[in-house]
Amino acid sequence: MSAETTALAGVEHRPGAPKPDPILVADGVVRRFGGMTAVDVDHLEVQRGAITALIGPNGAGKTTLFNLLTGFDQPQEGRWSFEGRSLGGVSAARVSRSGMVRTFQLTKALSRMTVMENMRLGARDQPGENILAALVPPVWRSRERAITGKAEHLLERFKLLDKKDDFAGSLSGGQRKLLEMARALMSDPTMVMLDEPMAGVNPALTQSLLGHIQSLRDEGTTVLFVEHDMHMVRHISDWVAVMAEGRLVAEGPPTTVMADPAVVDAYLGAHHDTDLGDDSLLDDEYTHQLEAEERAEDERKDHR
Amino acid sequence: MDWERILTNVAGEVFAPTTAAYALAAIGLNIHFGLTGLLNFGQAGFMLLGAYGFAISTIAGYPVWAAVLVALACSAIFALILGIPTLKLRGDYLAIVTIAAAEIVRIIGRSTALTDVTGASSGLRGDSYKETFTALSPFGDGSTTLGPFTYSNSSSNSWWIRVVGWVLVAIACVLVWRLLNSPWGRVLKGIREDEDAVRSLGKNVYSYKMQALVLGGAIGSLAGIVYVLPRAVQPDSMGRPMTFWVWTILLLGGAATVFGPVLGSMVFWAALMLIKTVGREVIPTTVMSSAQIEQFGQIVVGVTLMLLVIFRPQGMLGDKKELAINVR
Repeated sequence: MSAETTALAGVEHRPGAPKPDPILVADGVVRRFGGMTAVDVDHLEVQRGAITALIGPNGAGKTTLFNLLTGFDQPQEGRWSFEGRSLGGVSAARVSRSGMVRTFQLTKALSRMTVMENMRLGARDQPGENILAALVPPVWRSRERAITGKAEHLLERFKLLDKKDDFAGSLSGGQRKLLEMARALMSDPTMVMLDEPMAGVNPALTQSLLGHIQSLRDEGTTVLFVEHDMHMVRHISDWVAVMAEGRLVAEGPPTTVMADPAVVDAYLGAHHDTDLGDDSLLDDEYTHQLEAEERAEDERKDHR
Repeated sequence: MDWERILTNVAGEVFAPTTAAYALAAIGLNIHFGLTGLLNFGQAGFMLLGAYGFAISTIAGYPVWAAVLVALACSAIFALILGIPTLKLRGDYLAIVTIAAAEIVRIIGRSTALTDVTGASSGLRGDSYKETFTALSPFGDGSTTLGPFTYSNSSSNSWWIRVVGWVLVAIACVLVWRLLNSPWGRVLKGIREDEDAVRSLGKNVYSYKMQALVLGGAIGSLAGIVYVLPRAVQPDSMGRPMTFWVWTILLLGGAATVFGPVLGSMVFWAALMLIKTVGREVIPTTVMSSAQIEQFGQIVVGVTLMLLVIFRPQGMLGDKKELAINVR
């Protein structure tokens, strides 16, 4: 059991539970698209230095929440802070500069640039990114060398070093995922947000990706990731937050959270264990009972 | 058929001032489209503003350097006005806004309300603004013959404007080469590939796009000055066709390359001249008048461009491998 899991041992297993050392805190974040409420999170805290998984069925609002937290989308209501600084209304670029770097569900490798150029773009504090300084190479050459060295080191770790001069567009889907993650690490982020890091990655690569994410945590980086692959969630996460229909419905350690009735409901529906072939379903009394349950459930949702 | 005369004409086109002007305009467009992926369909607007800025301020008595600064300032302000509302939107919006904005510049320029300033639709005569530039020439009066080419030394369609035009092209090429291979250029290429990815890496995409729009537009305004110095400022000759010729030149030479726009401009104008002169010799006037041959030349260029985009989309100098990667 890792140190992070121990730190989370005393945390209550309920949605919005306070953490001993939260790096990211969100309150009352609401995002509506027309009449549809995509995200409605009352309270969420993410523990520093831990791997937190964000799971939930399709359309639960996980990616929307990600977009809101990283400044790629703005909510109608709510406030959230990262390392104590409020991020409401802050642009995506500034969120990234403050140390919270994300990746995308549909990989955004910069296809017509080489792997190395992709990596260099992830670095910070390159004076040559200013148009006037760019004209005077001595101003930025030494920084460029440092960036290249770091990029080579990261590419080696992600087993992409021999591809460094290839166009990113020529890489396989899994390699692009790796490249995107490596590129995000070029800026030494305090927190990385991975949107479905395993989607489309072959099983052989999955194992090494898992290793990379765990070693990130061991080096002190906080990781929040969205994932559908339960095997992966169970395997590496220290804490799991479950979303359904835009709300946070459960939180807990990966070993027990899947047994939470709210999670089972979210994934399988409240009556998943009812045998539809059961004759008792034909009984009117039982049907009334089911309908009453349904109404009670609706009311409960409306009250929240 | 007088091949010697034909070939002389064609070779003369290769280094003509107009060729230099279009090369410059395409270099500016290359910064917009080739590097940053901005769809600017109003490059002629930047050129026309540069031409007006230079000519009007010269007529008002400004020295050459100040008139050039006025031209640059006009294009920079135009770029800011275009960019502020559109650069936060998707690329196609910029395309529509730029084509409309360039037309607005042209239509305002030719409106009779401004006859005193812009000369309305008849434009500004070359003589009214050429003198300060001609006076700077170190070549003196008279004309010089170099090989088969005879041009006046300093006035109008002169050796002087050729030297200045091509020196400007050379400087612009060095500038683009330097920027293309700098971290700044890398950010632009990243934006061309995927804005959101670059944003997620902490770069202020909006600011970079604005810088690219202003820089490319400023080079476009210099192109406008070079274009009008051997002739007159005619708003109607600097409309949409000009923008599309600049695009043709850029795609012909190869976008995102340093020398593509220059080679593209040379080949484009030389080929157009070749078709026109050969056409006049070969096609009897009973079949096509010389005015029709002029238009026939442009039809051939159009067809060539279509074939080029289909069979060689990377242009003459582009990297096939780079383009072969299907983006998104």
